Amino acid sequence: MFFGPSNTSGKIEVSFLILTGISVLFLVLVTFFIILFLIKYNKKRHPRAQEVRESLLLEIVWTVIPTALVLALFYFGWKDFDYIRNPPKNAMPVTVIGRQWSWLFEYENGRESDVLRVPVGKPIRLILTSKDVIHSFFVPAFQIKEDCVPGMETHLWFTVNETGSYDIFCTEYCGVGHSHMRSKVVAVPPAEFAAWYVAKAAAQKPEERGLKLLLAKGCLGCHSIDGTQREGPTLKGLYNRRVTVRENGKEKKIVADEAYLRTSILKPAFDVVKGYQPIMPATPLTPEELQTVVDYLKGLK
Amino acid sequence: MTKRRGTSRHPSFYRDQGPYKGILGWLMSTDHKRIGLMYTLALLSFAAVGVCAGLLMRLSLIAPGKILTAQTYNEVFTVHGIIMIFLFVIPGIPVAFGNFFLPILIGARDVAFPRLNRLSWWLYLAGAVIVLVSLVLHGRPPDTGWTFYAPLSIESQANISVAVLGVVVLGFSSILTGLNFVTTIHRLRAPGMGWFRMPLFVWTLYATGWVQMLATPVLAITLVFIILGRFLGVGFFDPSRGGDPILYQHLFWIYSHPAVYIMLLPAMGIISEIIPVFSKERIFGYSAIAVSAVAIASVGSLVWGHHMFTSGMSDTARVIFSLITFVVAVPSGVKVFNWVATLYKGSIVVCSPLLYALSFILLFSIGGLTGLIIGALAPNLKLHGTYFIVAHFHYVMFGGAGFAILAGLHYWFPKMFGRMFDERRAKIGWLVLFVGFNCLYFSMFILGYQGMPRRYFDYPPQYFTGHLVSTIGSWITAAGLIIIFGNLVRSFFKGKQAPANPCGGKTLEWRIPSPPPTENFERLPVIKGEMYRFERED
Repeated sequence: MFFGPSNTSGKIEVSFLILTGISVLFLVLVTFFIILFLIKYNKKRHPRAQEVRESLLLEIVWTVIPTALVLALFYFGWKDFDYIRNPPKNAMPVTVIGRQWSWLFEYENGRESDVLRVPVGKPIRLILTSKDVIHSFFVPAFQIKEDCVPGMETHLWFTVNETGSYDIFCTEYCGVGHSHMRSKVVAVPPAEFAAWYVAKAAAQKPEERGLKLLLAKGCLGCHSIDGTQREGPTLKGLYNRRVTVRENGKEKKIVADEAYLRTSILKPAFDVVKGYQPIMPATPLTPEELQTVVDYLKGLK
Repeated sequence: MTKRRGTSRHPSFYRDQGPYKGILGWLMSTDHKRIGLMYTLALLSFAAVGVCAGLLMRLSLIAPGKILTAQTYNEVFTVHGIIMIFLFVIPGIPVAFGNFFLPILIGARDVAFPRLNRLSWWLYLAGAVIVLVSLVLHGRPPDTGWTFYAPLSIESQANISVAVLGVVVLGFSSILTGLNFVTTIHRLRAPGMGWFRMPLFVWTLYATGWVQMLATPVLAITLVFIILGRFLGVGFFDPSRGGDPILYQHLFWIYSHPAVYIMLLPAMGIISEIIPVFSKERIFGYSAIAVSAVAIASVGSLVWGHHMFTSGMSDTARVIFSLITFVVAVPSGVKVFNWVATLYKGSIVVCSPLLYALSFILLFSIGGLTGLIIGALAPNLKLHGTYFIVAHFHYVMFGGAGFAILAGLHYWFPKMFGRMFDERRAKIGWLVLFVGFNCLYFSMFILGYQGMPRRYFDYPPQYFTGHLVSTIGSWITAAGLIIIFGNLVRSFFKGKQAPANPCGGKTLEWRIPSPPPTENFERLPVIKGEMYRFERED
């Protein structure tokens, strides 16, 4: 029995369908008897109730059969669970870091990405953790999820069968940006993955370093770089934009110059732009990193 | 209220208000019926607020970001959860119908500790006020979801501590009510009423009372840990200080799973009262139903881990919790079979209380069976944290406890208020509600199956159709509720005066006037046989 884009999806779908099928059968039976009795023993047709004797046999029958049935259902839920939970030894490890409100994927060679790029046909072992509160890593197409808990590592594994792009959702409520804490699993042919995997992303042009920093620090979870509105203002064209900010409840108009950008990164609660909540966490950056980010923002027209 | 006078020698409890006048005559009263009525009114008012919050969420979900911002949406679903769970369904049936009917059903004049009962009511009011204050106090309303998961609840800048304090106070009210009811059932049964002659509603209140006493303290201490974490930085749940975020979830669900049975057991009790009366047939399998209530309460205390299958708990623990979860389904199934068997060879009158009771069986069965699906290890990986869960627990809580409250409200309305309600309007209201309910929540099963996560104010476009159907269902549901409560309110003022026993019940409350006199019985009854004999006319 096998279908779906990953090795897990078919197995889980099958056990879901078995349980649902038996549940529907049970429900139809109960409904049938209720309606049958309502019609047959309606007062109009059946003006006097007849005495019905207690039946110990019946009680035993409808205790024992459901007990056997639920144990069978438990078994169908459990059957493939060990397989789904235990990755093979040759699985490729990827560390998944959840943080408010974005995903970061770290590969063994230090490569980082905000989408989970994987080769088709290879078992992938995810090591999940969180930087702040509890998140949950969910890929609906693969039908699996596991929480990302701060201070501990949890795990998941899967093998993708078909190339394509699959949604990743956060399914443990994690604050204001929860519903936008999404990403993609991008499954590509092994050769394409290998080429991407070895490409050195670290030592290139400054603007790529800037983008990589924003990614690594989780800024892009709330601030888009293409003008899309999210939990925080977009970074596109932010430099030298005229914005209205609130300071101690009073509003004032300022220009988002370099000094403002620096302060806002280091002390996010200071002069929050009107219409946004003061929810940004303070992000520790070295002076060089801060300079890289500010330079990158200046160039983001 | 001139018609609610009672006989001249034994005035109804509406007339006889004791040493205090006016509103104090109610607030200071130790009469279980007055306390029960005040609870009923308070519960329904809070439920109305909760319903409005729910409607607002549903409305927002068909136009994400246009009606509510992300932050406001999070506050609204948190407030919806806190109000519905802690102020409405958990206290729910025991404090409203339990207070009003428990002493009458066992042939007593009041509960064992009437003044403690009044203290429970005041604590409930105090807790509710504190929770409501957290919504309007300077700062933000709680925004963590009703589960207050750490570390989010420790870090949130909203008024978490105040809300959590309110819930702790409500917990004390619940513990004292449980204590009072268990003692009452042990000590105050009328002569001749052995354990296996008690009405089944009393059995379920008994099992519920134990759960309230044993499980609620765990919630209290857990929430105190949250307050300590916020104010003093005590790191029970903070890994950087040696704490464990999963510990919070264990402690929280050790209470909050049994709390589901606090809501549901008495609901099952109401159904067990109504079905025999309207099928004129004694309840089938009395002892099986009574024993299964106790079985559910005890085994149900050991299944909390199924709320945490994807939390990072060990796989062995998951297997064990899943197995026990399946076992607890058996006593619920036994109850369903016995209810259906009670209809067999009866002489059924399809009145509104019976319609609610039968739809309870269907909706609760859907809720229970989907509970098995998500309690199974492999499907849970798919469905955990999605709308499937939201649909499942609304079927259990609204389709289960909520429909049972409506069933009880219609069944006992003549006794509580001394008036008859309009049966035709009640049936129309039931039909509209039943259709709306399934439209509202069944679409959530499909959304969840498709992978729509919970607590999203915004979502990818493929989920729009499901959300639209659900939101339309929410409007139909609201219309049903308006018809139902419009009818009841109108009947309260304009209904015909109710006779002592309008629907031919056999339990003790139907042997005293409607509404009952202050101390219920002129002479304490002596019970000579079993309670559910319909064939033999007295």
